[in-house]
Amino acid sequence: MVRFLLRRAILAAMVTLTVLVVAFALTRLSGDLAVSIAGPNATAEDVATIRKNYGLDRPLPMQFLEWAANAASGDFGRSYLYRAPVAGLIKDRLPITIGLGLSGLTIALLTAIPLGILSAMREGSLLDRAIGLIALIGQAMPSFWLGLVLIIGFGLKLQWLPISGVDTWDGYILPGIVLAFSAIPALLRLTRAGMIEALASDYIRTARAKGLSTASVVLKHALRNASMPVVSVAAVQLGFMLGGSIVIETVFALHGVGYLAWESISKNDFPVVQAVVLLLAMIYVGLTLIADMMNAVLDPRLRAG
Amino acid sequence: MKPVLEIANLRVGFSDGTAAVRGISLNVLPGETHCLVGESGCGKSVTALSVMSLLGRGAKRSAEVMRFHDRDLTRMSDREMARLRGDKMAMIFQEPMTSLNPAYTVGSQMAEVLERHRHVSRAQGLDRAAALLGHVGITAPGMRLSQYPHQLSGGLRQRVMIAMALMCEPELLIADEPTTALDVTVQAQILRLLQGLQRQLGLALLLITHDLGIVARMAQRVSVMYAGQIVESATAEALFAAPAHPYTQGLLNCVPIPGKTPRDQPLGSIPGVVPRIGAGFIGCAFRDRCTHATTACSGDIPRRSVAQHHETLCTMAPS
Ligand SMILES: Nc1ncnc2c1ncn2[C@@H]1O[C@H](COP(=O)(O)OP(=O)(O)OP(=O)(O)O)[C@@H](O)[C@H]1O
Ligand SMILES: [Mg+2]
Repeated sequence: MVRFLLRRAILAAMVTLTVLVVAFALTRLSGDLAVSIAGPNATAEDVATIRKNYGLDRPLPMQFLEWAANAASGDFGRSYLYRAPVAGLIKDRLPITIGLGLSGLTIALLTAIPLGILSAMREGSLLDRAIGLIALIGQAMPSFWLGLVLIIGFGLKLQWLPISGVDTWDGYILPGIVLAFSAIPALLRLTRAGMIEALASDYIRTARAKGLSTASVVLKHALRNASMPVVSVAAVQLGFMLGGSIVIETVFALHGVGYLAWESISKNDFPVVQAVVLLLAMIYVGLTLIADMMNAVLDPRLRAG
Repeated sequence: MKPVLEIANLRVGFSDGTAAVRGISLNVLPGETHCLVGESGCGKSVTALSVMSLLGRGAKRSAEVMRFHDRDLTRMSDREMARLRGDKMAMIFQEPMTSLNPAYTVGSQMAEVLERHRHVSRAQGLDRAAALLGHVGITAPGMRLSQYPHQLSGGLRQRVMIAMALMCEPELLIADEPTTALDVTVQAQILRLLQGLQRQLGLALLLITHDLGIVARMAQRVSVMYAGQIVESATAEALFAAPAHPYTQGLLNCVPIPGKTPRDQPLGSIPGVVPRIGAGFIGCAFRDRCTHATTACSGDIPRRSVAQHHETLCTMAPS
């Protein structure tokens, strides 16, 4: 167990380091930063001043080391656009994004797992096919469109839920549903496939031969074994939701990290871009690590190696 | 003596048209070992699973009589059947390597049975599990309880399966080829274990095997199965002394039975394989492989009595 986790942690550290380098390199490769910061009307003198002030005239490795050292202590520099510390900008927006991602994932899991189990238990039935069809439709639906439909339906017509902002907790519901829709099909198919395999296995026959209740056979014995791939993919999906919720943040007027990322990329606010890329990479690495740990808890065979 | 398990005219068909079991009847008496023998694919496992109501959704089962003591198994709901399984009747399987859940400890999987049927605490369940592991010859049972299946050898896993089947002191144990997947040395140990347990606990044992050597060691009664039918049933003694059905004779010629086959007798073999039988098949399913086959073998075959408690399904006059 310890060795397994240690190996994963080392891997995670290496990935983080690589991302650090790539994040830095990307912003430097996309043209002369001083020129883009200075704007189209700047003179050559202005550009030279900016280059000097921002330290862009020093050798790249030096710039990198300085940035990395600062980043390690939580200082990501100042945003050119907001003229404020990047760390603060992100800190303000992170709770919204995390709240959004977690509500999306929760809704997705609460939908996909029961439906996947039902589908597997009635494999080939009308119910199974209906569930499959719903998943397919869900996958084909563009999220901005779904978002608007939900806003019109539940927000404007029925007036059940707020349509923008997250001043109260229920503001997370509609955007959460939209986010969940993108994750449900994959999670549902994985749950279904895993459960079909598990339910056909010899140990399930044993569990039934022991006279265990259907609930125990399905939820304790089969689901436990079917849940490992679901955990791994759920972690990746949460990563997607945290990093790729720009469309949803726009539709629902939420100012999360996704929105910040989009803004900073389009305005060439490179300290923010670097910080966001690094943050998302760390989140991915962290989520994968958590998924690995959960799988090690779920499957004793993983703990041995 | 009233049988523990009584089956008359059991039929099992699958949705693909296979008639896996075609009207078999057999009784298992208290404290008796009844062996169900036959080649691979003749329907032994399907018979066992249909007694336990463990057949999959594609299977259709019907029986004139299927009783466990006085309880009519054909009329039981899934829920009632689940109450009986693991409690009064238990089963161990052909595949010890895959029959335990990889995600739970041995102790948890064993204790669960007692918790379910006797509503005891986990601690009490584990106590009984440890005692039974000791009983089936596992040393350091306390340590094994906290181990996972992948940490155990095949022989150990089958012992765990046996111990698990005994958790609620069943009256009927169905053992489906419990030693087929194991090393020869381990096979002998497991058989000895089953024999001992059966004697001590007075279990009725329905032992499924394709190995006549095992039959000779274990059985009081034998039912020989071929293509979904029981072609001969007799006491073990009578069967080995005077096999009536050409299939049984063929089987006996294929293997040396210690103390029963003369040393200088060459071993035979039965050419061909078990045919796959669809619904509506008439006549003897063995006729294509039988050296005594006549035209009568294509018609309906009556079940005849060769001697007391010795029946066969063959047109051939009893010799
Ligand atoms: N789920 C199923 N669907 C269709 N046919 C099946 C199914 N299960 C078993 N059969 C068929 O029923 C017949 C009897 O199978 P069964 O497993 O009972 O054989 P067996 O006597 O136990 O053989 P073995 O010694 O190999 O275990 C075989 O022809 C098999 O192909
Ligand atoms: Mg079998």
